[in-house]
Amino acid sequence: MSEKISVPTVAELIAKGEKPDVLFWVGCAGSFDERAQKVTKAFVKILHHVGLKYAILGTEESCTGDPAKRAGNEFLFQMQAMANIATLNAYEISKIVTTCPHCFNTIKNEYPSLGGNYEVIHHTQLLQELIDEGKLTFGEEPFKGRKITYHDSCYLGRANGVYDAPRKILEALDAELVEMKRCRKNGLCCGAGGAQMFKDAEQGSKEINIERTEEAIDTGAEIISANCPFCTTMIRDGVKHAEKEDKVEVLDLAELVVQAKDL
Amino acid sequence: MQYIEQLLFVIVLGVALCFFIKKIKQIRRNIFLGKDETINDQKAERWKVMAKVALGQSKMVVRPVAGFFHILIYIGFILINIEVLEILIDGVAGTHRSLSFLGSIYNTAIGFFEILAVLVFVACIVFLARRFIVRIPRFHSPEMKGWATKDATYILIIEIVLMVALLKMNAVDQLLQARGADHYIAAGSFPVSQYLTGFFSNYSTETLVVFERVFWWFHILGILFFLNYVPYSKHLHIFLAFPNTWYSRLSPAGEFQNMPEITNEVNMMLDPSKADPNMPPPEKFGVNDVTDLSWKNLLDAYSCTECGRCTSSCPANITGKKLSPRKIMMDTRDRAEELGKAKDNNGPDYHDGKSLHDLISQEELLACTTCNACVEACPININPVDIIFGMRQYQTLEKSAMPSEWAMMNSNIENNQAPWQFSPTDRANWSKEI
Repeated sequence: MSEKISVPTVAELIAKGEKPDVLFWVGCAGSFDERAQKVTKAFVKILHHVGLKYAILGTEESCTGDPAKRAGNEFLFQMQAMANIATLNAYEISKIVTTCPHCFNTIKNEYPSLGGNYEVIHHTQLLQELIDEGKLTFGEEPFKGRKITYHDSCYLGRANGVYDAPRKILEALDAELVEMKRCRKNGLCCGAGGAQMFKDAEQGSKEINIERTEEAIDTGAEIISANCPFCTTMIRDGVKHAEKEDKVEVLDLAELVVQAKDL
Repeated sequence: MQYIEQLLFVIVLGVALCFFIKKIKQIRRNIFLGKDETINDQKAERWKVMAKVALGQSKMVVRPVAGFFHILIYIGFILINIEVLEILIDGVAGTHRSLSFLGSIYNTAIGFFEILAVLVFVACIVFLARRFIVRIPRFHSPEMKGWATKDATYILIIEIVLMVALLKMNAVDQLLQARGADHYIAAGSFPVSQYLTGFFSNYSTETLVVFERVFWWFHILGILFFLNYVPYSKHLHIFLAFPNTWYSRLSPAGEFQNMPEITNEVNMMLDPSKADPNMPPPEKFGVNDVTDLSWKNLLDAYSCTECGRCTSSCPANITGKKLSPRKIMMDTRDRAEELGKAKDNNGPDYHDGKSLHDLISQEELLACTTCNACVEACPININPVDIIFGMRQYQTLEKSAMPSEWAMMNSNIENNQAPWQFSPTDRANWSKEI
């Protein structure tokens, strides 16, 4: 499908006298990182396909402050948070969906006490809702019999207890989910959380992403599915390190949905 | 003679309780070296968490082998203490088996305790074997060298000795009962110790009375020693697991508390109308010493049993980094003890000028991915991440001590609204390519 999609900004909608039902918070990785942009685009295709009235903030979006906070810079975090809250509140945003579990966690849990109260969902939760409501259906069983493993991101999983929504998507895709030993509550971090993404790891015997990727590859899955731009990067690097790029793909769940629907 | 024994018992009991209470008061004081934090919301939920996690051992059994044997010791500990109640009554009143008026209930209970005693004995042997024969790695991390391992070993040995004393005491007692010795009323059932009577049956009744007294005294003195040993050891969890789970964090694990003192500063810059001009600027940001932690963090530290499940599930530790969440908890407790002692010697307002950062290095703090695996793994909901995070805040905000990449990331966020050096005007460029 090569239909041109124009992505509306909230400002554009407001100018037309309209309001989005849901704001798509893209996040810095989703905006700038080449790999994560693919997930952003995939998710937009889905939003467009199901006809949801959404918008992005565009250039008015700014880092949530998550990495600054986790690196100990509470000052910078709160500056970012308050600026974002001012923007969101000015547009009277009530519902936010995001493809990044770090943005999801920060806006959902750390913005309320600073004056930002929104219903915040992760894109895998929205996808599950759409599947449950019958708005997103898969006819051809595109992933039937294909082995897929799923990596729980820390900030969606342990941090917020979302374990089932992503798995229900895989179920709907008719994929054969092969779990890693360390999954759900016991899932192993990819190594990027807590602002580790932005610095080298401390000295050790192994990189965390390699430890995790080895576990994922050992399941025999041909696809490692994820829900976070940082996990995707870390595990993709792990697959490269293992020289398995031709055998194992690392894909976000939104990308799997787009593949399945051929959007 | 009997009155002397009673008097001696009362004195020993009184002294043991005094020492115990004194130490508990000291620990309470040390915990409250931490900052005030009000935790009393969602009471119903808190009771539920305590019932499930502490009483019900729900997180212990996640690792089934250790969980199963721990439950044996746990049930044994609670139930056998009913027998200690009887020992206390007998000791003070000079009676023998004072609860035996309960009849068949009593007999069944005594029989049941004997079986439990054997199970506890077996569980302690299994735990020693896991530590020293199977050598499970988490029991041999660097922070386990020295006192930590000795402490764990002493506790297991004390428990074994106590269980053996209990069974021997019963063995001699039933011989005396059978011989109709004066004072030894026939009560109890002895499914286990009946097999131990052979060791003692050749002795005269007078000698057996001496044996019985020795085992009885050994058992109760052992228990009183144990009572006073516990507050000096990691074994304090047998009491503190309950309050510690009651005061568990109930908010999502991903929520890191916002610092209100910074909110005021930020408001003054962005929107002075929201700021409180009378709030004095904070003296210090983040955690330098235990006095900057919440009392709950210190309760966590005193509740820690050093089982190391946190460390064995920490991604940084698994991959050979220096960070060990268990060490964070042990260091926090050691520092609280050290500062407490300094205050005992020099008065309550004294501070020795040392810091938690003397024990925990920046390298450890920086290795944390804030993944919360340690919090999830802890059988009694201890939160090492909270301490690591507070200490990181101190390093960043007070010392500006951070890796250069983080400094770069921060300045990118400030200048470009993203952690990377991209122009904010390019943020939505992706949307033109669909």
